[in-house]
Amino acid sequence: MSNLANIFKNHKAFIPFVVADDPDFDTTVANIVALAEGGADIVEVGIPFSDPIADGPVIQSADLRAFAAGVRTKTVFEIVEAARKQTDVPIVFLTYLNIVFKYGYEAFCKKCQELAISGLVIPDMPYESKAEIMPAANKYGIDIIPLITPTSGHRIEKIAKDASGFIYVVSSLGITGERNEFFNGLKDLVAEIKQYTDVPTAIGFGVHTPEQAKEMATIADGVIIGSAIVDIVDKQKQNAPEAVEKFTKSIRSAINESNTRKATV
Amino acid sequence: MTKLKEETKDNRAGIYAGTYGGQYIPETLMTELEKVDKAFHTLKDDPDFKAELHDLLVNYANRPSLLYYAKNMTEDLGGAKIYLKREDLNHTGAHKINNVIGQALLAKHLGKKRLIAETGAGQHGVATATIAALFGMECEIFMGKEDTDRQKLNVYRMELLGAKVHPVTTGSMVLKDAINAALQEWATRCEDTFYVMGSAVGPYPFPEMVKHFQSVISKESKVQLKAKENTLPDMVVACVGGGSNAIGSFADYIDDPSVKLVGVEAAGKGVNTDKTAATIERGSVGIFHGMKSLFLQNDDGQINPVYSISAGLDYPGVGPEHAALAKEGRAQYVGITDDESVQAFEYIAKEEGIVAAIESCHAIAYVEKVAPTMTKDQIIVCTLSGRGDKDVASIAKYKGVDIDE
Repeated sequence: MSNLANIFKNHKAFIPFVVADDPDFDTTVANIVALAEGGADIVEVGIPFSDPIADGPVIQSADLRAFAAGVRTKTVFEIVEAARKQTDVPIVFLTYLNIVFKYGYEAFCKKCQELAISGLVIPDMPYESKAEIMPAANKYGIDIIPLITPTSGHRIEKIAKDASGFIYVVSSLGITGERNEFFNGLKDLVAEIKQYTDVPTAIGFGVHTPEQAKEMATIADGVIIGSAIVDIVDKQKQNAPEAVEKFTKSIRSAINESNTRKATV
Repeated sequence: MTKLKEETKDNRAGIYAGTYGGQYIPETLMTELEKVDKAFHTLKDDPDFKAELHDLLVNYANRPSLLYYAKNMTEDLGGAKIYLKREDLNHTGAHKINNVIGQALLAKHLGKKRLIAETGAGQHGVATATIAALFGMECEIFMGKEDTDRQKLNVYRMELLGAKVHPVTTGSMVLKDAINAALQEWATRCEDTFYVMGSAVGPYPFPEMVKHFQSVISKESKVQLKAKENTLPDMVVACVGGGSNAIGSFADYIDDPSVKLVGVEAAGKGVNTDKTAATIERGSVGIFHGMKSLFLQNDDGQINPVYSISAGLDYPGVGPEHAALAKEGRAQYVGITDDESVQAFEYIAKEEGIVAAIESCHAIAYVEKVAPTMTKDQIIVCTLSGRGDKDVASIAKYKGVDIDE
């Protein structure tokens, strides 16, 4: 098991996401560093997949840009290796199971350990299907971060009790992408998760403004932002790191406000 | 051994066909999948449900379909006796309706008001739109943009039946991408919506469910052939994309070892080219579209674009039970190219007066090859999965014939 859970102690976490090799190798390295400098607690690095069924158009397009740049699984490892020379920010990978399966569960988790990767988020690997990766994940100390969604219902208990690292709470039904409304039962959902586990929760899917980040940070232990950052990378291309750092700082301070408020309650 | 076990709740091994199958799908859909699984296993043997299904199959879908003795082909090829299982004569013109009626009835029992589906050639979309109209349900169909272009007639048929057709413009814009889009739509709105999976693919229980509802093909052909010839066939042949008509054609013969089972995949421009959809011959084990099975993919696990003249066989994966049958050697899988299938399209039209779907013509092309190598007392049952009206324009184009659509 990694140290991920400790990050959330007395501190609301910000977890931004970038797609590896979008638009190119050097920009991704610089983006990871910029996210860390801007105040990210954990950086989620997406390994592109040809058919990302949990992702909306923004991340799908980013995957296509990465493929245009010639991304391979090994390229992503090289990007992290390069970033590791400049930052020791905790990193988790987000990818689809076939990428890990083809690399080999054992080899992939071993590589993660070498790169000081703390965990894996795999949207198409539900609770029932994770048994095959667990021996390798446990052996190399990689957290398998589960997702809990507004439809999880009776499944919440078993998923929460078995979680490590943090729990990715999906804000609404459907796919990733910016949203203005979220599932209105998020508070209850997080409260139910808390009944079963001390593993921290982070809300993601659709969060894209400082106001939303602040609101989500009052509900959960952390906030995940993906598409909004990927969108900045798309618009700014090689100039993205500066804008990414600026955006990260704005989210960081919004989340800190929720921290302060909590402290004064 | 290859039969999917039916106990599921606490027996994860039960959801696999051999080492293939499983449930690899976003958490958002898992609760819904559990409901579908429970409804299917509760209802499939329920007498009222069975009666309702049977009534629709007989009185609406025109079952049983004919088992037709293809005398001209048999004489011309000079070998095995050839019987054609005429799924093309079903209402809506293909085997797809068998499964759609079953799943739509499940949807009705689950209180769903809206059906969504993917479609390749458009046959499954048409069947789903048809049953949605009959049941008074909303219907939305996801179809790759490439396929809406090559199967315009079916797009119009679906719209005529009251369905909304979404051309899918992501990825290679074919069947695979249509499944991605339909799964995303289901994840966005599952409360009132049932995803009618058209092929024997996807997360458990879809492959088993599709097999169950399509097995009517082999149950009928077995009885029909017994009445005509008082024997089992020596060989059963069917085309394979995802594999729904093939698994339905094989199902009742899997435990009859004397019956050779042959699945015919689309080789496109050739099995050894990169313009192919021959998944079993060229694919490797992977995890995609909710299942562990064989896929055409690169070393990193990225799914490859695939190609076939046939929109219905243009799929980079195959149903998990076919992967298992191939591994065990119980069924054999062969590739037929675009050119061979177009030749068969013309051949069966001229020999038997049947315009068959280009998908089914892959199976016919294999029968043309294999029948002459067999003896006259041997019997082949080949499934004609659909009719070819939808393909006439594109085959004319392929042949360079200028017809005014």
